[in-house]
Amino acid sequence: MGDSETDLERDAQSRKAIDASARLPVVFMMASGVFWLLFGTVLAFIASFKLHSPWFLADQAWLTFGRVRPAHLNTMIYGWASMTGIGVLLWLQARLSRVRVPLRKSLIAVGVVWNFAVLAGTVAILAGGSTSVEWLEFPPWVAAILGALFVVVMAASVLTFVRRNVEHVYVSQWYLFGAVFWFPFLYIAGNLVIHGTGASGVAEATANWWYAHNVLGIWFTPIGLAAAYYFIPKVIGRPIHSYYLSLLGFWTLALFYNWAGTHHLIGGPIPLWVQTVGIVASMMMFIPVITVAINHHMTMVGHFDKLEYSPTLRFIVFGAMSYTLVSVQGSLTALRVVNETTHFTHYTIAHAHLGMYAFVTMVLFGSMYYILPRLTGREWSSGPLIRAHFWTTGLGMVLYWVGLTIGGWIQGQMLKNPDIAFIEIVQTTLPYLWSRSFAAALMSVGHFIFAYLVGRMLYEWATDRGKDRLPPMLGGDQ
Amino acid sequence: MSDTRSHPDGPRPDDDDGRQVWLTPPESMQHSLFIAAGVLATVIASYVGLVAIPNWQVNRLEPVMLDNGETYPAERSELAQKGKDVYIDLGCVYCHSQQVRQNDFGGDLSRGWGMRSSVPLDYTREETPVLGTMRTGPDLRNIGGRQPSRQWHYLHLYNPRITSPGSTMPPFRFLFDTVPIEGRTNVPVGRVDMPEEHSVPGHYVVATDRARALVEYLLSLDHDQTLPENANRGTDPEQVDR
Ligand code: HEC
Repeated sequence: MGDSETDLERDAQSRKAIDASARLPVVFMMASGVFWLLFGTVLAFIASFKLHSPWFLADQAWLTFGRVRPAHLNTMIYGWASMTGIGVLLWLQARLSRVRVPLRKSLIAVGVVWNFAVLAGTVAILAGGSTSVEWLEFPPWVAAILGALFVVVMAASVLTFVRRNVEHVYVSQWYLFGAVFWFPFLYIAGNLVIHGTGASGVAEATANWWYAHNVLGIWFTPIGLAAAYYFIPKVIGRPIHSYYLSLLGFWTLALFYNWAGTHHLIGGPIPLWVQTVGIVASMMMFIPVITVAINHHMTMVGHFDKLEYSPTLRFIVFGAMSYTLVSVQGSLTALRVVNETTHFTHYTIAHAHLGMYAFVTMVLFGSMYYILPRLTGREWSSGPLIRAHFWTTGLGMVLYWVGLTIGGWIQGQMLKNPDIAFIEIVQTTLPYLWSRSFAAALMSVGHFIFAYLVGRMLYEWATDRGKDRLPPMLGGDQ
Repeated sequence: MSDTRSHPDGPRPDDDDGRQVWLTPPESMQHSLFIAAGVLATVIASYVGLVAIPNWQVNRLEPVMLDNGETYPAERSELAQKGKDVYIDLGCVYCHSQQVRQNDFGGDLSRGWGMRSSVPLDYTREETPVLGTMRTGPDLRNIGGRQPSRQWHYLHLYNPRITSPGSTMPPFRFLFDTVPIEGRTNVPVGRVDMPEEHSVPGHYVVATDRARALVEYLLSLDHDQTLPENANRGTDPEQVDR
């Protein structure tokens, strides 16, 4: 391809057309995502507070801890992260395939029904319809709706990829293509086996953890990595360090992540080989994780100064580094010596948030900072607020993780010692649970700031204002 | 910053995807069919390995006859089964596990949470086993044997800090009714023996149907029986070679 003026001009036109096609479905998904982020944040805070102050909102069944907690998880997973993730996925795949987003009307319908499904599922959980199967608490009929919607998203994304208008396929496209095959299969098979008559007894538990672990592993992780592989080179303006490393990283992730889930059942009443498979696969995960870490790091080397200026890069790099950290931690936690202490403690909760928040959520924030201005034609309205968003969520997450990791470890050590009365353990964890609520408050502030920024951008877009604002600079001499 | 850009997130509007910046990837990764087949193969393989085969393996387990002539695991009474639904809808599983871990792995046995560790056979009759992943509270797999008093459970559910000072378990007062004493000739079924300082003046505190079912379920949690040899058919994680 030559780089003549006309080629560049033609490309710019084609990007405009692609962004125009993505505008409604992607903005709708992301705006819905932000709504669920706020909703889930409120639930998170209530749940966190209850753990140290059990009298808090204790008189209504629908606000009891055992309902608010799964309601929080499900709104975050199926509302915030999935909807926003689908927005990112559709846009990235269209941009990289250089074709317009297909099935646009259906996708908007998907978004609308999706919101109703998540709402119905959440209300059902709060009203007592939870299944108490972790990560699959929505009643089966809600799951059936979501399963059908996932298939439409899959169709749209596969269609985009198959119609692609480029000579070669970029790393991010493999991951996105993988995600849209993996997840619908996972979701539908998982629900059928668990809610149908497929599995009973402890086989249901292995199916449960095959599913739950893979939601992160082969749905959010590929979307997150696709975004990181796209935005890091994009923002700093240099190619990815090595294609062959990415290839190795992709296929080893595909091979091993799937099998790691049963490390959630170590020491439990399931056949030993199932536990061992989970541990071995967790160890093998070092390969894709280190590969990706090297690849991203080598790409970034010499460009870390750009973190100061680019909101996208800040959030994405925070997320990519967390991916390495959470994966290494996860592999080590699968070792029996470590697991003996950490299993059944708050340590695991810290770990889960390192994955779903420090990695996935931060990458989604970063992606939105890049994508939304391109779709709405508006710039973000405030540099200081973006900085505040970054620091409240970033520091909040660090505090969250440190507090619960230490608290959970101590809890685990005490649990192993039968001379310590149980109630003493309960009391010992209290300060750490308070530190989590404090962290949750910080993160909540960040979420409301972000929601304000997004809301303002969409408002300006809808009312045809704020077109000539310059992009905010985050650091340096502004 | 070395190169001054017009936009902090990179050049605009010239977002040249698919040009200069990207190198050419390996040939094989250009084919959607190849990727799709590989991707599907990986997830289907793990489904077979972690879902289908374990399912087949534990589905072969059958209830056994104990030395005392009883079948194990026993079928739960209808009321206890209803109680399990309450346990599920109130989400007790987010604070309580129901699995006694293997010997020498954690302090489960030494804490008195069971006489033996749990095995797959213990769960054969359960449509939804609530194994749990969190121990904010103690393991409940054998709570029925450990704490067989109905009244204790009522009081504890009504307000955990009555029976267990310092507890962070939430109160489940909404599982109880208060009934005026005046004008009643008989004591209502499910009356809770409230200690003086916690009683509701002029009222009985009465367990609702849901509370009664829940406690029935808790009392049914008793899985300490010694199992005959070979009952586990190679699924007991502690007996690898059988
Ligand atoms: C927020 C966490 C939490 C939730 C939710 C919770 N519990 Fe607890 N539970 C605890 C803690 C902490 C203890 C230990 C202190 C005590 O005995 O109250 C406990 C103790 C118990 C005990 C006594 C165990 C023993 O060994 O003495 C029983 C029985 C029990 N819970 C039943 C339930 C039931 C039934 C539910 C659901 C309706 C439930 N719990 C929900 C935290 C929780």
